[in-house]
Amino acid sequence: MQEKIPILQIDDLLLVSIQVDMHDQLALQLQDDLTEKITATSARGVLIDISSLEIVDSFIGRIIGNISAMARILDAKTVVVGMQPAVAITLVELGLTLGGVHTALNVSRGMELLRRGSSDS
Amino acid sequence: MHSPHVRSIYSTAMAKSSLHEVINKHRSSILEDWIKEQSAAVTMRADLIKPEELRRQSSEFLDRFQTAAQSGEYDDIRKPVWAPVTELLGDLSRTRGRLGFSPSETAVFIFSLKSPLLIRLREELGSDASRLFSEVASMTEILDKLGLYTTEVYQQSREDVVLRQQAEMLELSTPVVKLWEGILALPLIGTLDSARTNVVMESLLQHIVQTGSEIAIIDITGVPMVDTLVAQHLLKTVAAARLMGADCIISGIRPQIAQTMVHLGVDLSAVATKATMADALREALRRSGFRFSRESAPKS
Repeated sequence: MQEKIPILQIDDLLLVSIQVDMHDQLALQLQDDLTEKITATSARGVLIDISSLEIVDSFIGRIIGNISAMARILDAKTVVVGMQPAVAITLVELGLTLGGVHTALNVSRGMELLRRGSSDS
Repeated sequence: MHSPHVRSIYSTAMAKSSLHEVINKHRSSILEDWIKEQSAAVTMRADLIKPEELRRQSSEFLDRFQTAAQSGEYDDIRKPVWAPVTELLGDLSRTRGRLGFSPSETAVFIFSLKSPLLIRLREELGSDASRLFSEVASMTEILDKLGLYTTEVYQQSREDVVLRQQAEMLELSTPVVKLWEGILALPLIGTLDSARTNVVMESLLQHIVQTGSEIAIIDITGVPMVDTLVAQHLLKTVAAARLMGADCIISGIRPQIAQTMVHLGVDLSAVATKATMADALREALRRSGFRFSRESAPKS
């Protein structure tokens, strides 16, 4: 269980890039780590890059939704970027449209979205 | 004096050899009779196949058939020894199918070989009734199987054509057009069913990734009828695009369709909708931060 998804800090943003196959334990671990990190760094935005994620199930989909909701409570905006077409189709078929989650095509667009959001407020 | 054991081997060997020996011995006359038989048949399509071509095919088939018949394994044409024969027949059926032969016109190639072979077998084995019967039985059996095989391949090749055309139609009817930097358009034409929606969705999402477009305009001017199912398919596509970080605008909603949607209780409030593609493009450009101005008023 040494496997962990790294969370990088860029100014007041946190960057999570999921490069491995997500299994349930790893997703829960990420949820813990990320909420800890948001509190510790008082980050204003979280960017989750899932462009390497090729397989997704209802649990992982729900976790992504949860993480974003948790971040929002901690006053950080979450953007999910780079979702693969197959993953998007699967989530829609599963009925998970991730209502409250912001999305962007790639990391740079996601950063733009977060910066714009934080400068507005 | 032969022991019964030796005798049985002897008779099997004889039974095995006869058909192919007969073919070997009378090869040229069988070939001539066979070609004559094929050319005289009412199903002969002299307009579609040249005599030289027919002769070449017949001659090659006879060679391969004779080689395979040496094995004496007439019970199953899927055995490896029959592979050269079935391969040739497969090619022949496919070619004839493409040329416009009907299944029976294709199968007559095999069935017309029966009578020349029968004549030669009777000449060779006429004195031995039981041998003649067993040879004829095995010859008929294998030729029937090969004849059915040609029909099967013919059918299969036709089905392949239909399937390929269906797939092509699906692809053709869902082009994704790049309208501007970062703006895609998907003009939908024809009825949307689940299978088509999937193709549409996949190709749209693929293009969004490839071009890095943030706005996609789905134009439904060409969709004759929008019911709850079609609307649901559209909403799914929009939701999937949103998950990837692209926004969709639905355009080309005709007045009747707007009325139907409201009557059906379809909720499109979550999606940006425009009456025409032009409006949608204007909106998309505005969102991308473009501004337009006309240099001078058009001459009226």
